[in-house]
This record gives sequence, C-alpha cells and structure tokens, in this order.
Amino acid sequence: MSVKLLLEKAHVEGIRTYEVYRREGGYRAAEKALKTMSPEAIVDEVKKSGLRGRGGAGFPTGMKWSFIAKPEGVPRHLVCNADESEPGTFKDRYLMEFLPHLLIEGLIISSFALGSNATYIYIRGEYAWIPDILEQAINEAKANGWLGKNILGTGFDLEIYVQRGAGAYICGEETALIESLEGKRGNPRIKPPFPAVKGVWDRPTVVNNVESLAAVVPIINIGGDEYAKIGVGKSTGTKLISACGNINKPGVYEIDMTISVEDFIYSDEYCGGIKNGKRLKACIPGGSSVPILPANLLLKTAKGETRYMNYESLSDGGFATGSMMGSGGFIVLDEDQCVVKNTFTLARFYRHESCGQCSPCREGTGWMEKILKKIDSGKGSMTDIDLLWDIQRKIEGNTICPLGDAAAWPIAAAIRHFRDEFEWHVKNPEECLVRNYGLAGYADPRPIPA
Amino acid sequence: MKVLTEAGLNKVKEIVARYPEGKQKSALIPVLHLAQDEKGWLSADTMDYVASLLQLEPIEVYEVATFYSMFHLKPVGTYLFEVCQTGPCMVSGADDIINYIQQRLGINVGETTPDGLFTLKTVECLGACGYAPMMQLGKHYREHLTKQRVDEIIEECRLKAGVLN
Ligand code: FES
Repeated sequence: MSVKLLLEKAHVEGIRTYEVYRREGGYRAAEKALKTMSPEAIVDEVKKSGLRGRGGAGFPTGMKWSFIAKPEGVPRHLVCNADESEPGTFKDRYLMEFLPHLLIEGLIISSFALGSNATYIYIRGEYAWIPDILEQAINEAKANGWLGKNILGTGFDLEIYVQRGAGAYICGEETALIESLEGKRGNPRIKPPFPAVKGVWDRPTVVNNVESLAAVVPIINIGGDEYAKIGVGKSTGTKLISACGNINKPGVYEIDMTISVEDFIYSDEYCGGIKNGKRLKACIPGGSSVPILPANLLLKTAKGETRYMNYESLSDGGFATGSMMGSGGFIVLDEDQCVVKNTFTLARFYRHESCGQCSPCREGTGWMEKILKKIDSGKGSMTDIDLLWDIQRKIEGNTICPLGDAAAWPIAAAIRHFRDEFEWHVKNPEECLVRNYGLAGYADPRPIPA
Repeated sequence: MKVLTEAGLNKVKEIVARYPEGKQKSALIPVLHLAQDEKGWLSADTMDYVASLLQLEPIEVYEVATFYSMFHLKPVGTYLFEVCQTGPCMVSGADDIINYIQQRLGINVGETTPDGLFTLKTVECLGACGYAPMMQLGKHYREHLTKQRVDEIIEECRLKAGVLN
C-alpha cells in the first residue's frame, strides 16, 4: 500500500462538502500557514519538499515560486492550471471533482505565499460541470472565513475565480493560458519575459498545475522534509497516475514513486493486468507527448534493471531507450493494438491543436498526419517512413512553445522502436487493413499466463 | 437590441467584476460561453453584440470565437454528440462507437439529422480516457459507451425532445 497524501480521504462520504472536509482535518494546513508562517517560510517548505510540477514539465515548484518578481505596488497573481488536456491524463479532473476543498485549501496557502489577492483557476471548457463544484467549494470556504477580506485576522485578502477555457490543448502551456485568460487566442508568448516577471495583465504571475497546488496542503501539514522522505531521489512525495488503455482497472491512482512499472501494471491494487488476458505490447507512460516504449524496454531499462514509476527511472536511457514521467497519463496498449494507427491518432491530435503560430509545427503536424494516414491505410512507401522521421526532426526545438516537441516525440519514438511495424504496413498493403502486426519482437518478457 | 436575457446580462456584469479595471476583455471567453448557451451558437450578430457589451472591436471577438473548438459558428442540432477519437479512446473501441452512431442516426460525422435533433462531431481527448469510449453531451460526459448505451442515449434525447417515434 502506497502512502496517500492527496487521495486518502477521497472516498469519505460527503468529502466534497466543507463540513466533512473540515471534520476530516481539512483547512488545518491553511490555518497553520496563515497564522504561524511567513510567506517566505512557506516557499522554503515547498522548496525543501522537492515537489516537482505535476503538469508534465516536472520543474521544481518552490524554485518557480522564488522567481516571482515583487515590484512595488504591482499586484501579483497565482493562476491554477486546470486545463488538463494531454491525452491519457485525467487526474486533475478527479481531484477537482472529488476533493474540491483540497485544491481550494492549496490555493489559499499558495496565494498567501506568493502574495496573490486574486487567484484564477483556468479550467478546460469541456469540464463544464466542474466549475459548479469548485464555485460551491469557494462559496463554502468564504462563508467560513477562509476567503474574502482579512482572512483569519491576518490582513490577507483573497478571492478565487473560476475561468473556463473553450477547447484548446495549447492553453495548457502557461503563456498561452495567460493569453487566453486575457481574452485572446491561445498563442504562446516568446519567453523571456517569463510569467514570473510579466504574466497576466503584465503582472508577475505564477502558473501551477492543480495537483502541484493540492500537494502544498500535505507539505504544510507534515513539513517539507517529511514530504521529501517519501519517494526516491528527486522524485519526492506522491504522484497521481491516470491509467487507461487496455487494462483491467483504468482509473486514477496515487503512488509514492517507489513502485516498479511491472507492479503498477500487474498488481490488483493498480491496473490489475492487461484486459482479456492479452499480452502487453507497449505503453506511453506519461501522457501522449512522451515517447512510447515497447514492453521489453518498459519493464526493464536497457541496462536490464527494473524500471520504476518515477521521474528518473522512466527517463533512464534518454529518448533512445527511455521515456518520461510527464503528466502521469499512463496509456497501455495490448498485443492487438496497431502502433501505426495509434500514432496516427496522436498526429491528428497535434495537428488539430497546433495554434498555427510557428510554421514548423503548423505545417509539420499536418504533413505528419497525412503521411501516417497513408501508411496506416496501406498506401505508404518506404520513403514515407524516412520523410516522417525527417519532418519530426525539423519540428523539434524549432517552435516557440513545447507543442512542437510534443508532436514530434511520439512519432520519433514510434519509428525508433517499431520501425518494422511501419515497414510491414508498407510491404503488406492489403493484409495491414485486415489484421494487426501483433507483438513481434516487442513481446512482454513475462511468461504467457497459463 | 438586447440579444442576451436579463439574467445573462447580470451574469456578464458579475464576470467583468472578476478582473482589474479596464481588463474586461478577459471576460470574453466566459461571455461567449454564456451567449452560446442562450443562443445555441454564435452568429455574427451575437458576436457583434458581445463586442459592444465588452467594448471590444468585433474582430477581437471573431478572432477568439474561431480559435476555440467549443464555439459553434454554425447552428448545431438540439443534441450534440461529441465523441472522442484520440488514442486512448481509439484503443478502447471509439471507432466502432462512431460508426454505430453514424449508422443509427443516418448521418456522417459533422452532419445534423434532417429533423435538427442530432449533430455528430468527433473531438480530441476530453480527459475521460480511463472511462472510454466516451462522448460529451451538453454539460456532461457519457462514458463507458457501448452500442446499447448509445441506443439508450438516443432514446433519452428523443423522449426529452418529445418526438418519440
Ligand atoms: S482519449 Fe478520449 S477522453 Fe482521452
């Protein structure tokens, strides 16, 4: 059993309400922070905790906070990034739906630490029912003196507002999110200036993911040092993983990052093994943007060591033989899945979501989609595979924001590890329409279950 | 001319008050949602009206309305089925569900039934990958879709619309 810091109370009846959340120990961290700690001390605790941004980039949260500029007389803002849109990722939704007060409490502490008197939750527009849940929690918190003017007599004022997006993956990128919050198209900005200096309405702004901000609550409760003891190396604390694809028990799990990938997939406590008794073919372990790994490289690193569910281990081997923790969107593919087709759907996704500002991404994602569609439908040629490789190389690193990289990486990894499957499509234009390539050499190294 | 209801206009005031003085442009996306909820879609007239409400140039509104996939620039059916087709849903059988809906409604993706009741669209990952296949219907998600679930949903919509055949 992994220690639970975020979801421990998720199943308590009525935990969505202020009353039950408070009875279960809620708002203790906010009380401790506002009454007994200075903003600097809170930032220090978060630094000590080693918490890394849970949205995907994994940048240390405490360090990000310490960059915020404090020019005289200019208001600062905290913005909560709830624009969860990375395919495979649905953990923030779970937190907001079932533990809205945990997020609100995290926002109160974090806003106090950063000096934000108006904090915005920017939530993807499709999560259309969640703003009601959050606003209800905000109203309850306010009625109980945790929001509004002069909170707990500290002189600190705070309002939290929920802002809906309207369908744009790119708005998960922090500068695009800021543009969108200002009522514009979600075109990412060139950095610098960084949001910490010039963010929303040109004011110093910190943008953090939902899970990162919720994690501030246990950090304050148990202290940064204790938090850092959980986990391993630079993967401290707990991480939410949203598991999906061909597994028996899809869902949101909290892990302490010491568990092996094999245990995560096969143990009944988590994914419960591959659905329908099939065998594991491949997995995209951190949301659709991270490299796909064939089963043999997923369970063990290229060095033959056990791979674990944490930042370091998942990226062991770099892009040649490793992947990334990313957002924690864990997508499992069984032996019946076609890697070409799966990659095609992701290419279509990135083409659809490219904001169109940078030519390599705008044009490149369109071409990648077209070529993959061609190969998938048995009309591709060998040179198409090389062309695909070439295009992704020319996108990576050549765009304003990371969407270009995010579009390129899954395609690069698919070709790198599954080139023979692509070639098989080209060589068997008719057969590939009626059957899948199957496991071939990527077989799950585990013995076939009897 | 008033395009929005009185309640809607009050809500607009409340939204604008969330931002600093002079930054009412920030209210644009929430107000477009509100207008679309009332009108069903965003016509040029509705967008011009939103522009005047927020003291923006109409082009600023068109720019935004055309960027975000949730805004409808053409009328849609009373019930809009938005089925996710991205990787995790695809490996869980989204294609079969999309085909089945097309067949059941007699329309292709992107079309509306002649009676104006149903529109079918495909969308990209909606954050329900573990509960796939899925679709958005109005404010909520319908998850773990099977052919039978699809039949039930269509029936439910027809009942609601009072045109049970
Ligand atoms: S892939 Fe369909 S909801 Fe995520």
